[in-house]
Amino acid sequence: MATVYVTLPPSNNGHPRTDTIDIEVGGEKLKAVAIDIGDARLNLIEAAARGGIEIPYFCWHPALTVVASCRMLLNHPLDCPVCDKAGECMLQDHSYHHGRATSRMIEEKFSPPNKPHIGSNVTLFTDRCIMCTRCVRFTREVSGQAELQVTHRGHHTEIDIFPGEPLNNKLASNVVDLCPVGALCSKDFLYKQRVWYLKTQKSVCADCSTGCSINVDGNKNVVYRLHPRDNPLAQGHFMCDDGRLGYHYVNSPERFNRPRIRRGAELAPAPWAEVVRGLRQELADAVKRDASAVLGVLSPFLTCEEAYLIAKYLKGLSGQVRLALGPVPVVGEDDTYPKDRRGHPIQPVKFTIRAEKCPNRRGVEEVLRHFQGDVIGFDEAVRSAQAGQLQALYLAAGYPPRPGGWVSEQQAASLKKVPLLVVQDLLPSPVSGHAKYLLPAGAWAEKDGTFVNHAGLAQAIHWAVTPTGETRSDGQVFLDLLERRGLAHAPTLRKELAQEVPFFAALASGEIGDHGIALTAT
Amino acid sequence: MADFEPVLLRRVGRPLDIWAYRADGGYRPLEKALNELQPPQIIQMVRDAGLRGRGGAGFSCGLKWSFLPKDHPGPIYLCVNIDESEPCTFNNRYLIENDPHQVIEGVLLACYATRATTAYLYFRYEYGKAARIMQQAIGEAYAHGLLGDNILGKGLNVNAYIHRGAGAYICGEETGLIESLEGKRAWPRIKPPYPAVEGAFRKPTVVNNPETLSCVVHIIDRGADWFKSLGIPSSDPARPERGSYGPKLYNLSGHINKPGTFEIPMGITTQELIDKYGGGVWKGKKAKGAIPGGLSTGILTAAEFDARLDYDDLARYEIMGLGTAAVTVFDEDTSIVDVVYNIARFFSHESCGQCTPCREGTGWMLQILERMRAGQGRREDLDILADVGDRIGIIPGTTICGLSDGAGWPIKNAVKKFRAEFEAYIKSGQKKQTVSLALAHH
Repeated sequence: MATVYVTLPPSNNGHPRTDTIDIEVGGEKLKAVAIDIGDARLNLIEAAARGGIEIPYFCWHPALTVVASCRMLLNHPLDCPVCDKAGECMLQDHSYHHGRATSRMIEEKFSPPNKPHIGSNVTLFTDRCIMCTRCVRFTREVSGQAELQVTHRGHHTEIDIFPGEPLNNKLASNVVDLCPVGALCSKDFLYKQRVWYLKTQKSVCADCSTGCSINVDGNKNVVYRLHPRDNPLAQGHFMCDDGRLGYHYVNSPERFNRPRIRRGAELAPAPWAEVVRGLRQELADAVKRDASAVLGVLSPFLTCEEAYLIAKYLKGLSGQVRLALGPVPVVGEDDTYPKDRRGHPIQPVKFTIRAEKCPNRRGVEEVLRHFQGDVIGFDEAVRSAQAGQLQALYLAAGYPPRPGGWVSEQQAASLKKVPLLVVQDLLPSPVSGHAKYLLPAGAWAEKDGTFVNHAGLAQAIHWAVTPTGETRSDGQVFLDLLERRGLAHAPTLRKELAQEVPFFAALASGEIGDHGIALTAT
Repeated sequence: MADFEPVLLRRVGRPLDIWAYRADGGYRPLEKALNELQPPQIIQMVRDAGLRGRGGAGFSCGLKWSFLPKDHPGPIYLCVNIDESEPCTFNNRYLIENDPHQVIEGVLLACYATRATTAYLYFRYEYGKAARIMQQAIGEAYAHGLLGDNILGKGLNVNAYIHRGAGAYICGEETGLIESLEGKRAWPRIKPPYPAVEGAFRKPTVVNNPETLSCVVHIIDRGADWFKSLGIPSSDPARPERGSYGPKLYNLSGHINKPGTFEIPMGITTQELIDKYGGGVWKGKKAKGAIPGGLSTGILTAAEFDARLDYDDLARYEIMGLGTAAVTVFDEDTSIVDVVYNIARFFSHESCGQCTPCREGTGWMLQILERMRAGQGRREDLDILADVGDRIGIIPGTTICGLSDGAGWPIKNAVKKFRAEFEAYIKSGQKKQTVSLALAHH
């Protein structure tokens, strides 16, 4: 057991504390706060933070080694009006809280040229760098390939790359978040928005089954950036560039934005009321004719709640209706970091980009197991369609555009044989042109719900932007099909899911919290 | 003192080869140690002799050795710090170029005492001649069974390697040296762990100066009492470990008649060194001041030349320590602004850039002095210089290594001791491109 005594400056930044005790150090009487840190091995910054005392820092970061070099005294241009970091800058915050209004330094500041060539996703405003070396340590310790290093000496030191070896690893953009000032900036986000206009929502990256906890920053219904949110239960501190920069389709003008019904050769726009009514009728008819010829395909991009609702709806029509899992995109193998200079992964692994490029296979599978008993694959659905065994097929897809697409031309040729083909998706695909009902799907950034990652960690996602045009979130459409009233409210649906499907029992309160809840597989 | 026979430099002028060295009694202390003494006894002798490190900090050599973990199962390394970069300092170069085998013998004794099996001799790049001489000597030592396995048939195994740095002052800082040796940028490490616990290649490591190791040879040869008979005991009887004992190499340079390296027992006064060994200030001029131990230690005014050049006495005049015992004299016509400018330029150039106070502080001080020399100095600049000089470094606790203590110390020292001259210079608005910078570092 250990107690740390942190002395306070007389003003304590204008926040007087009542829990101080008087101590004497070398004859000097001081006010201090006693902080019990138990058996934890903490540095002073961490220990003081437990007692609610902020010790300003730049170079320290919980995921990196300690260098203890910054110690606050800086050569930094007054770029704030044109700097992307302004508003979320540690230096700006520290100088507001602790700094002086005037500087004794009248000398010209050192301002080396910018380095836009430093990486394809990252640019370097060299003169803003305060040499905390967080980025250098990140590329050595976490991504591993050590693209960044310090060149020159003294106050001419700069961050740089070796010629022709840019910072292009898949974790590169994390240095932008690590940079406590605006020296390393994201090319994707550069000059797009002032950060104080952004509204931040806690969410989960949908790009692979790692399920990185993230913040989604949006403004006026446009997603502007994703950045990682610390979560020791999920990925830790970072996220990969594939996920970080893979959100643009959410803002895409190509997206379906209104429901359509086939009228002859044409897919004509129709109001939701008509679409839902017609769809309910046609599905009910199809079930009446032959329930085993009706199949629902649930994509691993659905939230657990959505999967639950559509499964409940289709199984509610008849127990004979079958449910299958949509295609699970897998690209290559799990990609682990750090890597050595030759690109070979090394131990211990600090970050994994998973080959399974979807956020919720496990969650959807558990719903399918509950309602269907086992998990039918997409290939079997395609085979049934090819064999002419299907009268109705509901494709709850919602796939993001990725190379190769989620459904091939060949598969589409089989699927189009189904008379009642319902496609609920984000973007045109080989199959969407053959639909009888084409429903616009909501993207993950527009939904509330639950994703279960590769390790069975249930995390909540929250909507950051509203769906485009007439689009309704998938959950809302399913509720409408179920003829249930009201709006899709994730915590309520989660409670219902937890009660009905034992795998999700741990979510019974409806609330998940920021770090998620680990679900033990049954 | 006048009749003091050089010990460390006794072989200056003699042939460098191993035969000559052995003929002059060399490697007998090593044989004696291997035959008669156990490693802990050697460490105790070195402690008893009061040998303090000659590299600058003056840390007790025996104490440093005793910090190594006992019964360490893996390798222990010895690094010999020949990155002698402190401006005006050249005693190790002189020592190695004139008697390389003495240093090798010191290395072997240190390895025996500390159970180190590998010695890395880290040469600054500029010491090409010294490195070549040392390489030759190492080759001879291997050929004579004095390096390698089973040295002198006594089961001592030591391999020695020369590593040449690529030229940076910071490589002389012991953990900077270790980083550089490992092939990394020489950014000093945070201590603890100290090198004795985790040093080169994460193994226990001793870093010693060649002059210190040479002293060990003579402590073994002539005994701790002989060593302690030279020099000056501590002025504070309660802290006897503060004494300055043994022979010391003093470098003398600057505006004097006879610059050079002199071996003198510890404790000579600055005035005596200049007059007796340096032949007085050149051109019949008077001295304005002197740097007593390499730039980092501070500046003595001519009135303070009664200061004894040992580990203790210089503190009387706010000098940081003996440093490398490299005395540089500047005459009465030298502008103190130029002296300080040159010092600032050196440290700004050599600050490694890791810790912000040093990186920015040294650059800032240089910019102020440049502006001053351009005729645009302000009186408040002197306060800024003194304040910055006071706030950077290990002593105020703002940096990882002592480079910035050394950078700040002479500047705040000079501003304090020569303030009137600075003020007169600023007032005159003089624009100055000085002819020759007296303290240009080699």
